[in-house]
Amino acid sequence: MREIKVALVGTPNVGKSTIYNALTHNHEHTGNWSGKTVGVSKGECEYLDTLYHFYDLPGTYSLISKSREEVVATDFIVFAEFDVAVVVCDATSLNKGIGLVLQTKEICKNVVVCINLIDEAEKKGIHINYSLLEERLGCKVALVSAKNKKGLDELLMAIKTSKEQAYLDVDYGVLNETIRDITKTIQTSKYNPKWIALKILENNAYYIQQFKELGIIQKEYEVSLDYDVHLEVVLHMSKRVKDILKDVVTYDNVHYNDKMRKIDKILTSKIWGIPIMLLLLFLCFYLTIVGANYPSDLLFSFFSSLEKYIMMGLEAIHLPNILVDLLVNGVYKTLYWVVSVMLPPMLIFFPIFSFLEDLGVLPRIAFNMDHTFSKCKACGKQALTMCMGIGCNAVGVTGARIIDSKRERLIAILTNVFMPCNGKFPSLIAIITCFFVGFHHTWGSLLCALILTGFILLGIILTFLVSFVLSKTILKGEPSSFTIELPPYRMPKILDTIFYSIKNRAIFVLGRAVKVAIPAGVLIWVIANVYIHGLPILNYLINALNPVGFLLGLDGVILLALLLGFPANEIVIPILLMCYLNSSTLIDMDNLNILKDILVSNGWTIKTAICFILLFMYRFPCSTTLLTIHKETGSKFYTLLSVLIPLSMGIILCLLVNYIFL
Amino acid sequence: MKLNQINLDDVVTILSVDKDASIKRRLFDLGFIPGEEVKCVLMSPAHNPVAYEINGSVIALRGVDAHHIEVAYERN
Ligand SMILES: Nc1nc2c(ncn2[C@@H]2O[C@H](COP(=O)(O)OP(=O)(O)O)[C@@H](O)[C@H]2O)c(=O)[nH]1
Repeated sequence: MREIKVALVGTPNVGKSTIYNALTHNHEHTGNWSGKTVGVSKGECEYLDTLYHFYDLPGTYSLISKSREEVVATDFIVFAEFDVAVVVCDATSLNKGIGLVLQTKEICKNVVVCINLIDEAEKKGIHINYSLLEERLGCKVALVSAKNKKGLDELLMAIKTSKEQAYLDVDYGVLNETIRDITKTIQTSKYNPKWIALKILENNAYYIQQFKELGIIQKEYEVSLDYDVHLEVVLHMSKRVKDILKDVVTYDNVHYNDKMRKIDKILTSKIWGIPIMLLLLFLCFYLTIVGANYPSDLLFSFFSSLEKYIMMGLEAIHLPNILVDLLVNGVYKTLYWVVSVMLPPMLIFFPIFSFLEDLGVLPRIAFNMDHTFSKCKACGKQALTMCMGIGCNAVGVTGARIIDSKRERLIAILTNVFMPCNGKFPSLIAIITCFFVGFHHTWGSLLCALILTGFILLGIILTFLVSFVLSKTILKGEPSSFTIELPPYRMPKILDTIFYSIKNRAIFVLGRAVKVAIPAGVLIWVIANVYIHGLPILNYLINALNPVGFLLGLDGVILLALLLGFPANEIVIPILLMCYLNSSTLIDMDNLNILKDILVSNGWTIKTAICFILLFMYRFPCSTTLLTIHKETGSKFYTLLSVLIPLSMGIILCLLVNYIFL
Repeated sequence: MKLNQINLDDVVTILSVDKDASIKRRLFDLGFIPGEEVKCVLMSPAHNPVAYEINGSVIALRGVDAHHIEVAYERN
């Protein structure tokens, strides 16, 4: 069987991931901003006796610049072994795409052009003369509507039949002579000498070094021109694009964007912009709260009903009693606790979030918020990482890759914990219901969502505050820039969105939580069941923590629960109950009335509840997030900082509440 | 005139981009190239950043960055 290796190139938002997913069934999640896929993902597909290997490169606006995504994409195109480069273009703004096609044709010989979003172009009255375009570009052009899975077969055929051609030769005007002179001195059959000459002329240190190491550049070049080389390159490239597209694209109706603009004007207006965003946030929470309640209970009773059978099974194979107890009451119980508390809200929250993301709302949020971020000398894209953080802080931390400047990226990473993740919601809601809302309120869940939104607002304020302080102290420096594309609103395919977000996000996050729940279960069992001088270890720990606890308006039990909840936020309240009730296993909290009674009889007041919520929300990132932070920053110092900052904020807030306000 | 000084719905042509701006390359990539037509299409609540339509896509820039771009109104 013939095998073809295909590199997928494209500007952000052209639907490249959608094409990749449709072809390979690999189902990476599709998102709406650049830099979402920073690595290169790989997938296969078989069609008519040919095996295609697809490499999905990060979305990039050009192959000339040197931002993170662009280097990854350009490096791949220049150095990796593959047969055909497919450049995905947006039919509604061909200009950008064709620019990228030309840049790719300067680097590799076998290029296929894939024009996506033809359905949208049709709707907008944009006509493209494809055969003329094919003729002018001299390479195969395939028309695709990835969302409707149209044209994919033709794309695969085009890839199969595409032939190698000479490198594209662009007329660079005043630079031509110098380029020619340098080209003569470069000997290579594998790369385009002219492209290397161009890099030398641009004084691109990175590629000069790369080609030196390959032995292709063998001397130092002293080129000084009176021209702005980069400007000349860009101008000639754009002229070439214009020549190619002349008479290729015609518009029926120039006002095709009017309806979208109207929506945008409301979403970003002075009066409505911010309130609408908050309303969206509130709605997300409300739906999550209302929807997650019942399935959570269902899962819980299902898993706990299995408990005795597992116990019987383990006893049947004659495991020692103590081991059975450890496995069932320690590991299994913690495990299903985490799953039943965590899974339902995630199954609701992630699809809603992905829907907003695919629709194109998130870049607008960044657009609205950027001004405030710029005041804190941070980047508006941080608003996006904060949104992701509400889903899962680890996801938010990884998501910070979309921020170009390292300084601003660190700020986004270090402040991400101020957005409470999904895993904290159920406990927060339980405490809010017990102490602030009451049980028989008609508008109970609405009120609950409101109060939760309030606490999240506090988190947002803290994020700004800490970002500001950080950029005045440890992470000093001018803000770099903020550029973001606001893509047109595109209705996602609802079922696909739900499916992929659950498969790629919810299950992924759950998997990680399960991994840490197991050792946590063992640890909890040990401290509750191992006795020293007649008392479980638990009691010693609580006594040791009591003084600090009282200082913060809490007690030793709460502190211990917060500490032990390090691997998973979901088990904080169960541990709390286990300690208060002197039990040796985690305790069910399905009845909030009883929960409140237990808490109150152990001295909880509204003040305790507020302090608990504050410290619960702002203490330190969970273990998974912490690992992710270490991986992303590669620094112990920043990892430590990511613990100290929220912890000190939490403590300060508790002290404030405890001594000043109440 | 600088790009950040134009009003909503104004259409202008780019004359030049500051030679020394650190963001110059990024601006070029996004399509802010001399000779191109730009339309101011959207203001954020604080009127900064502002979104511009260029080559069929909508790109948001901060005032300080748009200040690097010299523009003029169409002659006709
Ligand atoms: N109408 C329409 N929408 C599409 C098409 N292809 C992708 N989309 C939508 O465009 C959005 C962005 O697509 P995505 O694959 O994430 O773009 P990427 O940034 O290039 O990876 C998603 O909401 C897709 O559902 C298409 O052919 N037609």
